[in-house]
Amino acid sequence: MDSHAINDLKKLLGADAVLHRPEELLLYEYDGSVEVARPNCVVFPRHTKEVVGIVQIANRYQIPMIGRGAGTGLSGGALARQGGVLVVFSRMNRILEIDVENQCAVVQPGVVNADLSVAVAQTGLHFAPDPSSQKASTIGGNVSENSGGPHTLAYGVTTNHVHSLEAVLPTGELVRLGSPALDSPGYDLPGLFVGSEGTLALVTEITVKLTRLPETVKTLLAIFDTVDDATETVVDITARGITPAACEMLDGWTIRAVEAYVHAGFPVDCAAVLLLEVDGLREAAEQHAEEVADVCRLHHAREVRVARDARERDLLWKGRKNAFGAVGRLSPTYYVQDGVIPRTKLPQTLRRINEIGEKYGFEIGNIFHAGDGNLHPIILFDAREEKQFQRAVASADEIIGFCIEMGGSITGEHGVGMEKDRLMPLLFTEDDMNLMRRVRDAYNPVGLLNPGKIFPDTKGCGEIHVRPLPVAGASRA
Amino acid sequence: MNTASATVPSRLADIVGPSNVVADPAQLAAFAIDDKKPSVSVSPQLIAEIVEIVKFARKEKLAIIATGARTKLGIGLPPRQYDIALNMTRLDRLVSYDPGDLTLSAEAGIPLHKLSAILGEHHQFLPLAAPYFDRTTIGGTIASGVDGPLRQLYGTARDYLLGMEFVTGEGVVAKSGGRVVKNVTGYDIHKVMIGALGTLGVITRINFKTFPRLLSSRAFVSTFQTLERACGMRNRVSQSHLAPVTMEIFSPGVANLFSTETASRIAPNSIPENILGGSRWIFTSGFAGNPNALARYENDLRKMAEECGAVDAAVLEGPQLASAFALKREFIPLALSFSSAATILKISVLPRQIAEALTAATREAESRHLPWVVMARGVGMIYFTILAGESSEATKQQVVQASDNILLACAALGGNATIPWCPTAWKNTLRVWGPPRADFAQMLKLKKAFDPDAILSPGRFVGGI
Ligand SMILES: Cc1cc2nc3c(=O)[nH]c(=O)nc-3n(C[C@H](O)[C@H](O)[C@H](O)COP(=O)(O)OP(=O)(O)OC[C@H]3O[C@@H](n4cnc5c(N)ncnc54)[C@H](O)[C@@H]3O)c2cc1C
Repeated sequence: MDSHAINDLKKLLGADAVLHRPEELLLYEYDGSVEVARPNCVVFPRHTKEVVGIVQIANRYQIPMIGRGAGTGLSGGALARQGGVLVVFSRMNRILEIDVENQCAVVQPGVVNADLSVAVAQTGLHFAPDPSSQKASTIGGNVSENSGGPHTLAYGVTTNHVHSLEAVLPTGELVRLGSPALDSPGYDLPGLFVGSEGTLALVTEITVKLTRLPETVKTLLAIFDTVDDATETVVDITARGITPAACEMLDGWTIRAVEAYVHAGFPVDCAAVLLLEVDGLREAAEQHAEEVADVCRLHHAREVRVARDARERDLLWKGRKNAFGAVGRLSPTYYVQDGVIPRTKLPQTLRRINEIGEKYGFEIGNIFHAGDGNLHPIILFDAREEKQFQRAVASADEIIGFCIEMGGSITGEHGVGMEKDRLMPLLFTEDDMNLMRRVRDAYNPVGLLNPGKIFPDTKGCGEIHVRPLPVAGASRA
Repeated sequence: MNTASATVPSRLADIVGPSNVVADPAQLAAFAIDDKKPSVSVSPQLIAEIVEIVKFARKEKLAIIATGARTKLGIGLPPRQYDIALNMTRLDRLVSYDPGDLTLSAEAGIPLHKLSAILGEHHQFLPLAAPYFDRTTIGGTIASGVDGPLRQLYGTARDYLLGMEFVTGEGVVAKSGGRVVKNVTGYDIHKVMIGALGTLGVITRINFKTFPRLLSSRAFVSTFQTLERACGMRNRVSQSHLAPVTMEIFSPGVANLFSTETASRIAPNSIPENILGGSRWIFTSGFAGNPNALARYENDLRKMAEECGAVDAAVLEGPQLASAFALKREFIPLALSFSSAATILKISVLPRQIAEALTAATREAESRHLPWVVMARGVGMIYFTILAGESSEATKQQVVQASDNILLACAALGGNATIPWCPTAWKNTLRVWGPPRADFAQMLKLKKAFDPDAILSPGRFVGGI
């Protein structure tokens, strides 16, 4: 990258807010995915004006720019696929306003998800989107990926909780999209920009909705001796129109991994558990919990435990939310998929995943948002062996192929990024994608912002500075 | 009609067959938008036909406006050009419905009530309680962006729309989203189609998340001497753990609206006089649940109403409840049928600003002796209705001044205000889409990407898009 560009950035931000030496960049080659790509430089703006300045410099030198929150993304969204400036929002982490009465808040993009809920907890409110990464991931990242979480089932994903955005377009224009008051006249631009995976704008301020914490929460752990019983239970709960606040499934293999690490109290000898939560008014939640437990028993649950207090509940959730960490201890590398299927198709899909694992000789764990039909098969492999990586990808592709066959989708919450761009044609026609590309080009005309993401194309691709050489995935680039 | 356009009907007949083309001016009156008649209407049954029609129109520089049940065509500015009415009512199939997954996909021309009946067989429903419920199509409902009383609990279409298929201004079939309840693949383009008045594309298919039908429900109604007290009740409820299904505030005078002949057809079971409030403000909130929950709601709401200074309170159920719900849903058609020059301002503010926005609005109307009536949703949407009796020049001036000031007052509060419904003759003077919007330039970019030649619904939308 042009050393003049680095100098300009230093002049704008101060030397302590610009990293460019190779050893400093190492950390930023990765995010939560299996992809790797190195930026040429990393910058840390403190406020919106600096972001505008960065974008102007990037335009002057025609270098790609990529937004980044905590880098927990699971599809390579925050990686500099074609090199360039990584704009890290960790210093823009202030909660600017909390309006308890109107139940909304204005935050900078670098605010960590859980920090907002903690900040408003005393007022009886919370920020409802709760990705399992919520203690690390930023609201800017959540907005860009339209992240979900265990409680998405009842509360909706990030987009359902965003009123308006301030953003810097890749051309340097500072824009405000939507309004804190509902139904802003005109096109629903926040609806378009949320979930655009950092390809339309750098988001600098977010007005979010805050949701009242429920009066009563009941957390249940249903224990099953077969995976089929667990999945049939989910099918039945859904069909009966009982919408729990959360309905998560962990299979036996994952449970054992979690127990060894977290000691959440999951029984290690079972085939699957469902972690179910119902909430709401006391009068409703109690009956609801009984209904849910009844359905579990109807499908041969060996036992249905109800958390007796907040401590027990937190422990169960700790087991769920730390599952990926637990898996990480068992295998040098794992590959998490994110396919979605209609809930009615859960049993056969889980059976199919199992068959695919056997076919390829991989251990595949399942820990996922069962109530939404959002699968997260975790394929364990050794990245040091190139062949293994290729086989892991092949098995993942087979799983995704099956999801699509079932009428589903390739990603429920992790995004397409640079990981699934090649799978887009499985869901969308060239015409569908061309229109989306046009929308991208409308706001990101030269393709300087986050190039090489979502769409299987090379348009807008500048000079490739760093080959996107993954841990073991050169074959996939 | 010039010679080129004289051949339009026959060219369209080549695409859909002669029986699906109407060129008789008398019949075309039914498709008029703001007194502007199209030169032809065409009723396709297949998406491929729509593609052909749009491509043809583009080549001939003809403007197309898609129509459903034609109940909300008056929303927005008069079309700049209007050649072809694209009648979507034959595109009315249910494409798929998976009750076990609570998802469905339907063509845009299917009437909402028909879809509701199908869902009802499976004890499910769509929370799209839109006005003109008995006629409106789902495509028209989505494209016009109207809301309904169920948004209190369920949000709006953007919260339960899963995906969409549409035809762009270049005659390209495109889709976004999917059929599953959770999905982040590609851009959420279907969101920008909501409320876009067909300016980005012709909506052909819509995928929805469906919902289990509510357990038995009731409505709590209480009346208050002042607006502030009624709003106080709204605030009190929203600070509690109660999660009502609907929540509205009505102004005094709504009884007149609700006692017309039209109203009695929509809601045959009249609501007791004392509950309709006479000279008082009305707070009403629907709730649902098991018997214990119902009792809790009723108890808590009564207590809160008392604390907030309610004059009286009642709980509606059965046929009266259904009537009350229908009246809330049909507030707009009722207001429009009440007086020939009814003008409805759609105002959105933060929920705690409802009283302030309404005080400003009523002041403007009253100082000009303009009769008015209001429905405000608890989420901060206000339908401020000026019931002007006639569309004379003098009245127009009064309404223009009042609405201009109301628009300004709302902007000062950081809210939004538009005038979706008013007499056609006033549209060139009233600020139909409110003050200019800061994000307008970004909207234009979108329009260009979808409809570069501006042949879809030209001129009707924000800023004359
Ligand atoms: C253990 C673990 C559990 C997870 N659980 C979940 C889960 O339950 N649900 C779920 O949905 N996801 C989950 N994820 C994925 C990930 O945490 C989410 O995608 C999260 O929202 C990413 O936030 P981040 O701050 O880390 O963003 P990053 O990874 O840094 O960036 C993500 C994307 O956002 C863009 N971006 C970030 N900030 C901005 C900005 N200000 N302006 C423009 N673009 C920006 C980036 O360019 C990139 O495309 C999990 C990840 C891990 C590692």
